[in-house]
Amino acid sequence: MKARQIFAVMVKELRQMARDRMTVAMMLGIPTLQLLLFGYAINLDVRNLPAAVADLSGTSGSRALTQDLFATGVIRPVAGVRTPQELQTLLRKGEIKIGIVIPSDFERRRIDGREALQVIVDGSDTSVQATARQLAQMPLDGRGPSSVQGQISVLPLYNPERRSAVNVVPGLIGVILTMTLVMFTAMAIVREKERGNLELLITTPVSSGELMVGKVLPYIGVGLVQTTVVLLLGVWLFKVPINGSLWGVYGAAMLLIVANLTLGLLVSTAASTQFQAMQMAFFLFLPSILLSGFMFPFDGMPWVAQWIAEVLPLTHFVRLIRGVVLRGASLLELWPDVLALLAFTVVMMSLAILRFHKRLD
Amino acid sequence: MIPHESSDTVIRARGLSKRFGVMQAVDGVDLNVPRSSVYGFLGPNGSGKSTTIRMLCGLLTPSAGEIEVLGLKIPQQAEELRKRIGYMTQKFSLYEDLTVRENLEFLATVQGLPKDRRRSRIEELLGAYNLADRARQLAGTMSGGQKQRLALAGAIVHKPELLFLDEPTSAVDPESRRDFWEKLFDLADAGTTILVSTHYMDEAERCHRIAILDTGRLVADGTPADLTHGLAGRTIGVRASEPRKAQAALHAAQGVISVAQVGNDLRVLTDAAAGMESRLREFLRSRGIEADVKPIEPNLEDVFVSATHSGHKAQAA
Repeated sequence: MKARQIFAVMVKELRQMARDRMTVAMMLGIPTLQLLLFGYAINLDVRNLPAAVADLSGTSGSRALTQDLFATGVIRPVAGVRTPQELQTLLRKGEIKIGIVIPSDFERRRIDGREALQVIVDGSDTSVQATARQLAQMPLDGRGPSSVQGQISVLPLYNPERRSAVNVVPGLIGVILTMTLVMFTAMAIVREKERGNLELLITTPVSSGELMVGKVLPYIGVGLVQTTVVLLLGVWLFKVPINGSLWGVYGAAMLLIVANLTLGLLVSTAASTQFQAMQMAFFLFLPSILLSGFMFPFDGMPWVAQWIAEVLPLTHFVRLIRGVVLRGASLLELWPDVLALLAFTVVMMSLAILRFHKRLD
Repeated sequence: MIPHESSDTVIRARGLSKRFGVMQAVDGVDLNVPRSSVYGFLGPNGSGKSTTIRMLCGLLTPSAGEIEVLGLKIPQQAEELRKRIGYMTQKFSLYEDLTVRENLEFLATVQGLPKDRRRSRIEELLGAYNLADRARQLAGTMSGGQKQRLALAGAIVHKPELLFLDEPTSAVDPESRRDFWEKLFDLADAGTTILVSTHYMDEAERCHRIAILDTGRLVADGTPADLTHGLAGRTIGVRASEPRKAQAALHAAQGVISVAQVGNDLRVLTDAAAGMESRLREFLRSRGIEADVKPIEPNLEDVFVSATHSGHKAQAA
């Protein structure tokens, strides 16, 4: 070991590093992004959960109680309902996370000290369940003995045992598809560029559209195989119940696969080496995993983070797959997220085709 | 297809130019390439050979100038042209992780060969390019010469009328180069027009016509014989006992363009045909250098040096 030799290698390495602008950008960009995401976006104190109240008693006491509940800031009203059945429908569709049922004999129950209020929780998100339980412990009004503290029952739907595997496995399908497919497609195209194959390909009559579709089709198969593996293991090892239809599960997976593949194509038009493509895919993957609601509750994030999350395909997939697998919803009921994924795909594909020219300049 | 006589023009370019930022890669090149000929682009690295070829097949958009290839306006009709040309890149651009046969099958399909003709065409190519016993070998594991043959077979799988070859032999040994050129003449014989770039003089000498490019300009074009005849009387051989010393002295002599040492002899290129031989003899004698001076036959390298020299002088002026 000679210091001079080590130094020579080190200087060479630093020079090469500084010349690759993408790597330098990533070195600074990744810690910055991580810090911002973890620091601002990740908040386990969930607030502003969408909720609805089915007030069957309709007394002034029940109305006052409802107002108190919303005043906590933990829940916000999004819809008016009349029956507990309507609440269940809204929960299944994912339009509300929490439903509150005030029984018709609310006043009597309150005086008798029995359970006077039922909070129905969407258990497909475990952090929401925890929040609902906190809500049940809150002293709801300061009117001394008439308080309903301890008289609230919590009814978690869809994952009553609060098993995290049930919560994690469906979303994991999306995480795996996002992690692998964006990178696979991006690298597959950039590899042709890097090895010089593309210069030959673009002198043949193959059109850019044919080239792109032909390159991504095999990866749809790859994505479906990955989905099946996670699903089988999830059901077999972790006893994840599939409450919705398998068609719905694969439909949702297909939507995410295609969205990720088109994103990969777009990355490939921007990257010039496989290493760059990998870095870019990783850079896009970070916010997906942190903001999509897979790891941390979507409802706890500030609006900027929520807005970014709405642009990420994984966010919509996590909503879809939890809806289908855990809540037994159909894709039709979850149409806003289906639409979001389709729109993402169309935009990405158009951008990729626009950016990809059958020319070298 | 109607048979054409060799006089009709396959590629016609006027004032072809390409600028990359501040760099003028190709500068006002005019070209006429006749059908069924082997047309060579001769020039050093960076002289604009690749850029010109890429513009001619529609891969790069010219900054200025007009191109007509096989009667099509380029780059506007580049898509249509792609079915009728073959292109062999400087770097091996077939798939190294596919076998020889798989590569040819892929190219035959994207070039639009009907299914029933694909198999027979591939067999024909495997035979003609000595690849039959390597059909199942991965392309990446083959030698430079074998890759070259495969790339050529791939470029002509659809029997193009016009074939572009960008320094096809830069990575192969001399024997493979010779074989490769035999294949090119076979193709030209069968009616294919071939445009090939090279920086080897011996390859340029084999072409029917050549164009010499230097720093993006066309500095000479014609048949190799015409070009060398144009230098008659301007090349002089000098045999001196101290060649290095003689060479150094000759650089200072008036009318000398270049002096190159070939073995023990010096090869001198002059700017005038008449009287140079005796003037050089006088010059060397006056410097006290003993030398035997006599005229020699010009070759293509002299043409190249002379052409690029006048190009530089024109630029300096």
